[in-house]
Amino acid sequence: MSTTNQSTQNLTLVQAVRDGLKSEMERDDEVIVLGQDVGENGGVFRATEGLMDEFGGDRVIDTPLAESGIVGTSIGMAAYGLRPVPEIQFSGFMYPAFDQIISHAARLRSRSRGRFTCPMVVRAPFGGGIRAPEHHAESKEAIYAHEAGLKVVIPSTPYDTKGLLAASIRDPDPVIFLEPKLIYRAFREEVPEESYTVELGEAAVRREGSDVSVFTWGAMTRPTIEAAESVAEDGIDAEVIDMRTLSPMDTDAVIESFKKTGRAVVVHEAPRTGGLAGEITATIQEEALYYQEAPITRVTGFDVPYPLYALEDYYLPENTRIEDAIRKTVEA
Amino acid sequence: MEGAVSTSPHDQVRVLDEDGAVVDGATVPELDDDRFVEMYRGMRLARHFDERAVSLQRQGRMGTYPPLSGQEAAQVGSAMALGEDDWIVPSYREHAAAYVRGVGLHKTLQYWMGDERGNHLPGMNVFPVAVPIATQVLHATGAAWASKLRNGDEAFLCYFGDGATSEGDFHEGLNFAGVFDVPAVFFCNNNQWAISVPRERQTASATLAQKAHAYGFEGVLVDGMDPLAVYQVTREAVSKAKDPTPVGEDSPGRAMRPTLIEAVQYRFGAHTTADDPSVYRDDEEVERWKQKDPIPRLETFLRDRGVLDDERVDALQGEIEAEVAAAIEAAEGTERPLPDEMFDNVYAERTERLDEQATRLERLRERYGDDELLQ
Repeated sequence: MSTTNQSTQNLTLVQAVRDGLKSEMERDDEVIVLGQDVGENGGVFRATEGLMDEFGGDRVIDTPLAESGIVGTSIGMAAYGLRPVPEIQFSGFMYPAFDQIISHAARLRSRSRGRFTCPMVVRAPFGGGIRAPEHHAESKEAIYAHEAGLKVVIPSTPYDTKGLLAASIRDPDPVIFLEPKLIYRAFREEVPEESYTVELGEAAVRREGSDVSVFTWGAMTRPTIEAAESVAEDGIDAEVIDMRTLSPMDTDAVIESFKKTGRAVVVHEAPRTGGLAGEITATIQEEALYYQEAPITRVTGFDVPYPLYALEDYYLPENTRIEDAIRKTVEA
Repeated sequence: MEGAVSTSPHDQVRVLDEDGAVVDGATVPELDDDRFVEMYRGMRLARHFDERAVSLQRQGRMGTYPPLSGQEAAQVGSAMALGEDDWIVPSYREHAAAYVRGVGLHKTLQYWMGDERGNHLPGMNVFPVAVPIATQVLHATGAAWASKLRNGDEAFLCYFGDGATSEGDFHEGLNFAGVFDVPAVFFCNNNQWAISVPRERQTASATLAQKAHAYGFEGVLVDGMDPLAVYQVTREAVSKAKDPTPVGEDSPGRAMRPTLIEAVQYRFGAHTTADDPSVYRDDEEVERWKQKDPIPRLETFLRDRGVLDDERVDALQGEIEAEVAAAIEAAEGTERPLPDEMFDNVYAERTERLDEQATRLERLRERYGDDELLQ
């Protein structure tokens, strides 16, 4: 991380997305934004508000309604040398672009032996909890993390959002940048006006503790910290680690924390089966089995299609479920 | 052989002009008075339902809702042109078409109130709402294809918007439909805007109807705010889908079964209650399109014909308001789904793993109670 200017602004997470895009566009003429409703409308969540006025219609581009078209042409642009930042309006609408992401973006470097690269950042709001319609609430980060050649980034604070977005845009490889829309406007934070990066692949310790390590990311970070504060009243000292980058994963941070506590809980809103809690657990088993003092607990969404909003609160891991898991893991 | 294709945006099939008078040379569909009133009532009900639904969302009584005002003629006119056994394959805005096909308004409300059971429509020839864009086009083609393979006598009317014509699924769906000559009618509700993106940004083609040309079948452009014209072109398309008779003495073959209909119209309101159209389009444009409002057009036509008068219109409005109010009461009065229902219908039978997860959730509910669990 590098900051020199002390001047800051008080931003929400979605404003930090916008600010991050703006700084990178000012810094590098090759950066362009494209997608549905990103121009005139400023994005359905206002993540690109005002950018078209500032940078013009050749750098902030409203496209036809075609996700495969948006991502596929971005790959071509990236191969040519631009730095496209396509937006997919909701991560639930990413699938028409799936072939482009998996078969091409992820492996363009590999299959051309480095002749072509794909420095593209696919931005998409993701996750539940906002009473949105069908297909507007899924968490599918594990699918992308499963794919070699892609990086997967999920910020949880305004400061990190701007810095991680800048790092993603400057990264030489394709990044799936998933924005937790539940907390787009949940809180504000001081964010430097100047451009800066937060390094990809580094987790952040959000609360230091010695009894149990709780690994999480995105919108689940806040309820996890709250749960940790709550169990602290009963003398349980939980460490909360915000993974921030799911691929490449900061396994050093996982191991280091676990060696200290010997107990772990993993919290994610994505479904349980095949979720990244499994990957974190397996990493601990491989690297730190002899430090383990209790079974590792997962607090996740269920293995069901994300329910319409009448039931979504039951689906999402809430404070109580997280607290319950922390207590059980410590008491085990 | 392929049929005609409309390539001029001005060359629209029209029966009623903007003032509700029959245009020169147009043929009024042969409907009896009751059916005309049904059409009028359906459109008027759709408008009132829409206003109430938007208001429910504003009051926090319903989640995000996609309004249809301005698009009543396209939905009611087309759905009324179907036979009893025909199907509709909707996107997410066809509340009025679904109503015509027998879907209770309370079911539509239930779905938008976040309850999956609103999509459970046993016995109705209606596919579930499709939120992802254009994906349902392929389902319509597939269902129509299956019907043909099984010697069925059904047509499949598939709805989608102007934005959908940019998606790959749209093109694949129409291509398959042409290759396998299936009994499908592709009904494009061109309401000019895909959220904030105007029709001109979707395609450089002069019309959307002309895209049918590439797939070898007929493309028709119709005034989508003229319910009689919509009814007429859809009826012809449905009839041809089932029975592609020779198109004329000079034509050696029969027509292709599929048709693409582009119904030119306008959404008066927002894409959904989550957006603000004043950001991307000006009031003047909206006012211009409101001159074509389908409801007064049909009303004038029916008054001139002696089918409607003040008394009848007032009585209908009273009926409509009562019906919509009852639907809202029914939807809001329906008990919310039980958390356990989340685990149903994932598969034909619950897996052991799902059983375990359902049990775990129940235990948490017992231990903490819903208030604490969901805080």
